[in-house]
Amino acid sequence: MSATRIRILSARNVLPLGRGQSGGAQRSDGDSKLRLLTSPHLSPSSPARALSSLSATRRGLPQEKMSENGMMSRAKVLTIDNMNPTVKKVEYAVRGPIVQRALELERELSEGMKKPFAEVIKANIGDAHAMGQQPITFFRQVLALCSYPELLNDNTFPEDAKSRAHRILQSCGGNSMGSYSASQGIESVRKDVALYIERRDGGMPCDPDNIYLTTGASDGIVTMLKLLVCGEGASRTGIMISIPQYPLYSAALAELGAVQINYYLNEENCWSMDINELQRALNEAREYCNPRALCIINPGNPTGQVQSRQCIEDVIRFAAKERLFLMADEVYQDNVYADGCEFHSFKKVLFEMGPEYSKSVELASFHSTSKCYMGECGFRGGYMEIINMDDEVKVQLTKLVSVRLCPPVPGQALMDLVVNPPQPGEPSYDSFLKERTATLNALAEKAKLTEQVLNTVQGISCNPVQGAMYSFPRIIIPEKAIKEAMALGQQPDMFYCMKMLEETGICLVPGSGFGQKDGTYHFRYKIPLSRIRMSFCHFKFTLQYS
Amino acid sequence: MTSMERVIPTVNTMSVPPQQALQALAEGLHRDIKQGAQKHFQRIINVSSADPHRAGIKSLSFVRQVLAACLCPQLLKDKSLPLDVRQRARTLLEACDGGSVGAYSPSAGLTYVRRSIADFITRRDGGVPSHSDDIFICAGSHRALMVFLKLLARGKGKTHTGVLTPVPCPSTLPVLLDDVDVKMMPYQLNEERGWAVDVDELQRALTAARGHCEPRAIYISNPGNPTGHVQNRKSIEEVIQFAADHKLLILANEVDQDCVYGPDAEFISYKKVLLEMDQELAESVQLVSFQSVSSSFLGEGGLRAGYMETINIDPEVIHYIEILLCFDISTPVTGQLALDLMVNPPKPGDQSYDTYIQEVLLHRTTLTQNAQRVVQALNVLPGMSCQPSMGGVYLYPSLRLPPDFMKYAEVSKLEADVLYCQMLLQEEGVLLGPGWTCGGASHQHHIRLCVIVPVETLEEVLSRISAFQLRLMGRFSNPVVDVTKEDRVFQYKTGKVIKREGGLVNGSSVVV
Repeated sequence: MSATRIRILSARNVLPLGRGQSGGAQRSDGDSKLRLLTSPHLSPSSPARALSSLSATRRGLPQEKMSENGMMSRAKVLTIDNMNPTVKKVEYAVRGPIVQRALELERELSEGMKKPFAEVIKANIGDAHAMGQQPITFFRQVLALCSYPELLNDNTFPEDAKSRAHRILQSCGGNSMGSYSASQGIESVRKDVALYIERRDGGMPCDPDNIYLTTGASDGIVTMLKLLVCGEGASRTGIMISIPQYPLYSAALAELGAVQINYYLNEENCWSMDINELQRALNEAREYCNPRALCIINPGNPTGQVQSRQCIEDVIRFAAKERLFLMADEVYQDNVYADGCEFHSFKKVLFEMGPEYSKSVELASFHSTSKCYMGECGFRGGYMEIINMDDEVKVQLTKLVSVRLCPPVPGQALMDLVVNPPQPGEPSYDSFLKERTATLNALAEKAKLTEQVLNTVQGISCNPVQGAMYSFPRIIIPEKAIKEAMALGQQPDMFYCMKMLEETGICLVPGSGFGQKDGTYHFRYKIPLSRIRMSFCHFKFTLQYS
Repeated sequence: MTSMERVIPTVNTMSVPPQQALQALAEGLHRDIKQGAQKHFQRIINVSSADPHRAGIKSLSFVRQVLAACLCPQLLKDKSLPLDVRQRARTLLEACDGGSVGAYSPSAGLTYVRRSIADFITRRDGGVPSHSDDIFICAGSHRALMVFLKLLARGKGKTHTGVLTPVPCPSTLPVLLDDVDVKMMPYQLNEERGWAVDVDELQRALTAARGHCEPRAIYISNPGNPTGHVQNRKSIEEVIQFAADHKLLILANEVDQDCVYGPDAEFISYKKVLLEMDQELAESVQLVSFQSVSSSFLGEGGLRAGYMETINIDPEVIHYIEILLCFDISTPVTGQLALDLMVNPPKPGDQSYDTYIQEVLLHRTTLTQNAQRVVQALNVLPGMSCQPSMGGVYLYPSLRLPPDFMKYAEVSKLEADVLYCQMLLQEEGVLLGPGWTCGGASHQHHIRLCVIVPVETLEEVLSRISAFQLRLMGRFSNPVVDVTKEDRVFQYKTGKVIKREGGLVNGSSVVV
């Protein structure tokens, strides 16, 4: 393999951004390349546009139609009929009809209505704090100090919290979290992130210039996808994503008008990745699009698997051979529970594979403050590290992130604390360690319990939850129930989850929102922290429908 | 001029927008100074965009106290914080899932905060009702606009969505429009009339736009960014009527609604005016209004929160706003809480009320005085004139640059105002916004200057601009002369202008 491989992302094949203002030149030929959100007109004959067939509810192909109202002089400018057709393809499973119904049920309960359950349990979203997880005291103390620095004179806060707050404020414009930061993020935070990555990866060097702070990991993921997507027709960018997948990916690809290439995880082998399957998906996709990137979620969402080191090496070799840009979603890197499993970052494995790979394979890795032991979703903190990216593309990336002005500064401050927590000897170290360990232990325990409880329920089979925060158990849905669901125009697993919600108050996400092999049904279940319900056992679905 | 020539090619070949190039240059200079480079200025002052806290404007204590208590609930029991602060923090935490700012909020924002915002708008608009279902909280007003524009964007060629956009416009707008792939269709604001909107010009711009794209919306900022103009009711009615006649949706940036200080100026919202016009219009013209915590006296841009209110948008379309927000970057919760505090400040009788009022009053006075001071100081300079402003946080002075300078800019392949800003930055350490970033070139060159900065900072900025301007005008007209520091001091102390002609200094009275 040649060391001088051409980069997948080069300045020539990245979308041009900005208005070329430096020379006062107008955009010349940019129009076709820049059409990102305006849908390529869907033609039924074009297989390349068969996007996101996972959505439960597909609206028909967008068509202009002149309604009676449309003829009136005071017709509205923006209606459902003349709205951007691409947007209509975007569906988001995690917060779909089940969640709507859950909110209604909560309201009905609060109004005193009688239900077979006392409370709604939101096992649908990975929101630790909403489920009762307590924040790390030290983090919140520092953030409070940053918010109102007069508290630095208050004796109730430990000295290390104060000095940390002081340090963060020093790096904010005007010593205030209310100032905008650089679009790429606060420099000192990026440096701390780089040091954290070096420690995590056993000394592999990390350049702070390759760190971009983001508004949660999703911001970074969408930004990278946007940078990758270009071309028309058979040269339109294809992005490989795992099935089951986290719906952010399908939604973003639909909106960008990119081609979603599905590769299936192997449920029989604990949702592992299979190189043959990757190859199959890729070969088929090459017929109608230009595959450019491979997305991996490790530890897995929604499937909870942790990739082995061997598997990661295989994936990297595959990406190198097929010239694919790697996107590694590693937000659950501290959430590994199963014995014998360990988190290996793609970066570390890549760098240990030697210069043939480490100098050429392009990689973006994502992390956030929302998961692990922090669970601080509300702060929208995150970062991405980019490796082997072409310098000119980096300029474009910097421009792209500048459209978003800057990530929230409190989230950046929190990210800084996460990558640089209290050290042994500091006043807050003991309590930090205690809180962190308690949360991670509780999660590990619940992960085991989840597997055990679910596997006792008739009609449910569940793989071990090795990591992350979810399980994705398979459900057997009796023929009678499938027929009833079809009659209602619902996916069978949606029907199942709706029944589950109505009878037990447990809010799940149907597997169809994540994608699954035809004829199989699943749901995603967030392992709850404080309450695990035996309610599952009271759910007589299989009995009712058999 | 050697240092200038060295840097120009860099800026020129960098494929980054000029504001970013200037920013990078400013950072470089800042580093040089820190490493001991000899300059006659000790620090770089950035007044190119509104970032009040960075500039040294203090945050509002009430807002920061409540946020601190929400972040660290042990403070709820801390008696050193005012009672209303602790009560408010408790209420806000109850509005968060799990009682924690660390939980996700619903994608359209915390229900409690959306209701607060709707109540605020209803009060602000004298009872014109606002519904919380029409309020969508986003990670900044800029982000809200981005989300909404995604709904409007479509088509190719003649059907490509176009947005009528004022020139000048906020410097962040052109890049945003580009990013969501809608075409920018410029209409010129009328500088002679204090940057007012001319309906004739709107008509001209619309006609010009047709054939190139399909104009579907009109964007306007009121109070004007960067013009400082505040529209009166009649002007707003004209825009609404125009939008109705030509089937345009109105995108109203009303981010600086709190900052109106002109003697006869008053902020009236587009929504209030629209809903008070005849029923047919009130029920059909589509309007989206934007507001943010980065604005007004909060200045909390770093918290990234804003909202939009949608009017006359069909529920089917609203459904898609919700879907887009579902997988957009969700809004940081601390920012959402700050929004609540913005629309619902302490009331008379609350323990924090007096402090809050004093702090806001101080900011308001600073802003008003600064705006007047800039007009006064710049209008006496040769080659510069500045329309007085009525609101907002910017002024937008115009430059009359000598022909030789224009030629020099041409040779340097830079817009004259960009070159001007670059030279000013290098020679005096002041970063301004080149007018070119506010909507493209026009025959007239401008600079954008943010005035929500401490008074001392502003005086320093004016002193440096003045020195630079005088030197520049001298340098590019014969014979070349330099202005001494004494001249500058004289100019500022006395308000007398110094005009140099053929090397002679003339003091003359100032016309303000």
